[in-house]
Amino acid sequence: MVGEDGLTAIIMLSLQVALVAMVIVLPLATGIGYALSKPGWRGRFLVSALVHMPLVTPPVVTGYVLLLAFGSQGVIGKPLSAMGLEFAFSWAGAALAAAVMALPLVVRPIRLAFEAQDSRLQDMAAILGAGHWKRFAGVALPLALPGLLAGFVLGFARALGEFGATITFVSNIPGETQTLSLAIYSLLQSPTGESAALMLVGVSIAISFAAVLVSEYVAQIMERRAER
Amino acid sequence: MTGGWSIDVAGRIGTFELSVRFETGPGVTALFGPSGAGKSLLLRAIAGLWKPARCRIAVAQEWLNDTGNAQSLPTPTRHLGAVFQDPLLFPHMTVARNLTFSPRAMGLDSQQAQDVLALLDLTPLLDRHPRHLSGGEGQRVALARALLSNPRALLLDEPLSALDDERREAVLPYLERLRDTVSLPTLYVSHRRDEILRLADHVVMVRGGVAEGAITRDTFAAPGRA
Repeated sequence: MVGEDGLTAIIMLSLQVALVAMVIVLPLATGIGYALSKPGWRGRFLVSALVHMPLVTPPVVTGYVLLLAFGSQGVIGKPLSAMGLEFAFSWAGAALAAAVMALPLVVRPIRLAFEAQDSRLQDMAAILGAGHWKRFAGVALPLALPGLLAGFVLGFARALGEFGATITFVSNIPGETQTLSLAIYSLLQSPTGESAALMLVGVSIAISFAAVLVSEYVAQIMERRAER
Repeated sequence: MTGGWSIDVAGRIGTFELSVRFETGPGVTALFGPSGAGKSLLLRAIAGLWKPARCRIAVAQEWLNDTGNAQSLPTPTRHLGAVFQDPLLFPHMTVARNLTFSPRAMGLDSQQAQDVLALLDLTPLLDRHPRHLSGGEGQRVALARALLSNPRALLLDEPLSALDDERREAVLPYLERLRDTVSLPTLYVSHRRDEILRLADHVVMVRGGVAEGAITRDTFAAPGRA
């Protein structure tokens, strides 16, 4: 039912979807996490609540909302579709669904990393003449790197495993939107798919494990650099 | 306005009210008083990090803040150098990069920078990371970083209070050298009489958030004064 080429294609598609999702999410989550770490602006709680919605809403609901908004007739999907960017039933849509679902998990450690910083360092940077951008890029961001790394790993794992919102939004189309999780689900529906499913399960575990290993390794390098 | 500080600040944070007014000439002006008297809060106002209701601040003939004219320079353009109780060095940068962090910083090979490095004995520390500095070394780097940012005045908020006596005695001579060679208008916050007697030209007594006028060091040193 699924040949070796098919398996490779599924794995590559999953990695592509998860990585593209993270390319969207990481800068966005960094901006949101930084903004949320600053107290006392209007709408802070609203933004925080909106970002966390995908965490508490049933994924099938998030997927359906995405379909309404980004579908080819949706308020956002229609103009984008006219520009040639199609989300409905395409891998780009799978990446979007994965990004939305991963966002709250990525924002949280990044926000905490900004909040944990000594605010007097920001004051000192300002006294020394650094404007907003230099205070962010030169001080806050490099000190938050471990948080960004933690957010990336959590988000990547979440994006790789995304199921409910994805299948609702972009369906389960082999070669286009069928990522690892969806493929495992399909294979388990078929009487002859179990051995292939097991293989994908193994691959899935291996990728997650490798991601955690790499993050541990990078975290250790960062720690060592900080101690030098 | 004078060549030193001209300060008229009044405002409140929660239930604490600060009301400080004084003018001093060039040199080191000490803010003397017990902790909680509002000395650090005044420094935050001078740095533009706190905006009290009335805030008229000038140093070396330049207005930093004048609520009377609705004028207020943002913190980065006030051109101040500051050192606090903790060195507050950027932990992810070497000493050298800390020293040149300010956009106004002079290059380390410039003559002025070399003079500052020599004054504070910092050349052997340039490649170190902040966590490998002792408390006294950290404060010397913080002082140099403030000086290299080309300030028009210095704010020193209990720069020695986190050091033990031995380290304090090691850093004090650097502060004296600084006063004698750099001669920037300086506000020096301390609750220690001996430091003030060694460093200050003028003294402002702060108590319970209130200070009115400055006295000379000699008056401060006269017996019978607390």
